[in-house]
Amino acid sequence: MTGVLIVLALTLVGIGGTVVAFTFEPERQALTLSVFGLLLTVLFVVLQAPDVALSQLGIGSAVVPLMVMLALRKIRSGRS
Amino acid sequence: MSRTTRQIVFLVAAAGLGVLLVLAFRGLPGFGTTTHPYRDLAVAAALAHRAPNVISSVNFDQRAIDTLGEETILLGSVIGAAALLRPTREMRRASPPGGGHVLPATRLVGYFMLPLTLLVGTDVVVHGHLTPGGGFQGGVVLATGLHLQYVTADFEGLRRLRPLSWCEAAEASGATAFAAIGLAGIVVSGAFLANVVPLGHFGDLLSAGTVPLLNIAVGIEVACGVVVLLASYFRQALLLGPAETEKESSR
Repeated sequence: MTGVLIVLALTLVGIGGTVVAFTFEPERQALTLSVFGLLLTVLFVVLQAPDVALSQLGIGSAVVPLMVMLALRKIRSGRS
Repeated sequence: MSRTTRQIVFLVAAAGLGVLLVLAFRGLPGFGTTTHPYRDLAVAAALAHRAPNVISSVNFDQRAIDTLGEETILLGSVIGAAALLRPTREMRRASPPGGGHVLPATRLVGYFMLPLTLLVGTDVVVHGHLTPGGGFQGGVVLATGLHLQYVTADFEGLRRLRPLSWCEAAEASGATAFAAIGLAGIVVSGAFLANVVPLGHFGDLLSAGTVPLLNIAVGIEVACGVVVLLASYFRQALLLGPAETEKESSR
């Protein structure tokens, strides 16, 4: 059962990472990156690493995408 | 370098890395086996210091000096980002944008979640030695929770919620407290970051010696560090307009 969950979570992480790499617009990439962070969190929970999962959830799904969005907003406002 | 040259360089490097990775993976113990020499040692050491969360015991007791290094890296990164994102004289000050239209449902969820997230963040920091989590995780939860105020209200509300000068001071104090607890170890037992505080009873809130103290120090540092970091981004994105003169002149 755990083996199936690990394979499933690992596959989702693989798909998610590929989607992030093939998202070319940075705004959309911030969103896909956030979802990818959630998938990684699930993988860490399945692998019984709740401490790492908590860090990943906060940094990967919230703080980094927020920083990307704010930086993009700044760059776009400078151009117009 | 032309595109083809770069591709050749990449392919050669990728093939080399691939070979090395395969060789390294072949030397690893099998996935999901029951032999874990490091676990056996770490769990015994954690239980000896009455810390049920072995990960926290490794991070803040057995290998606390590694964590001191990590916290210093975080402090340095925040200072570096804040220095790079500081306003230059050429940038004109824009008025902060007022709150856009916020759906009542978003507002309701925000007002409900803000205190709840802060409570969960504090809980994760304070119970770091007992349950999964700790100073770093709880600090990030606290910092992101505070920013719900920006989603719910507006930037002015966020600014009132977290006085930035306090956060800067608290971030530095958290880092100092970590080093001070380490120095206390030298004074009492002759070893940096030695666990010199009474260990208490297994599973109690006040147990595991210095682990909860270091967790709280790190929690304060990380929460305030992330707030200061995001604040520099917010200032650039919302408060400062584009430079009036040529951008290169500020370099």
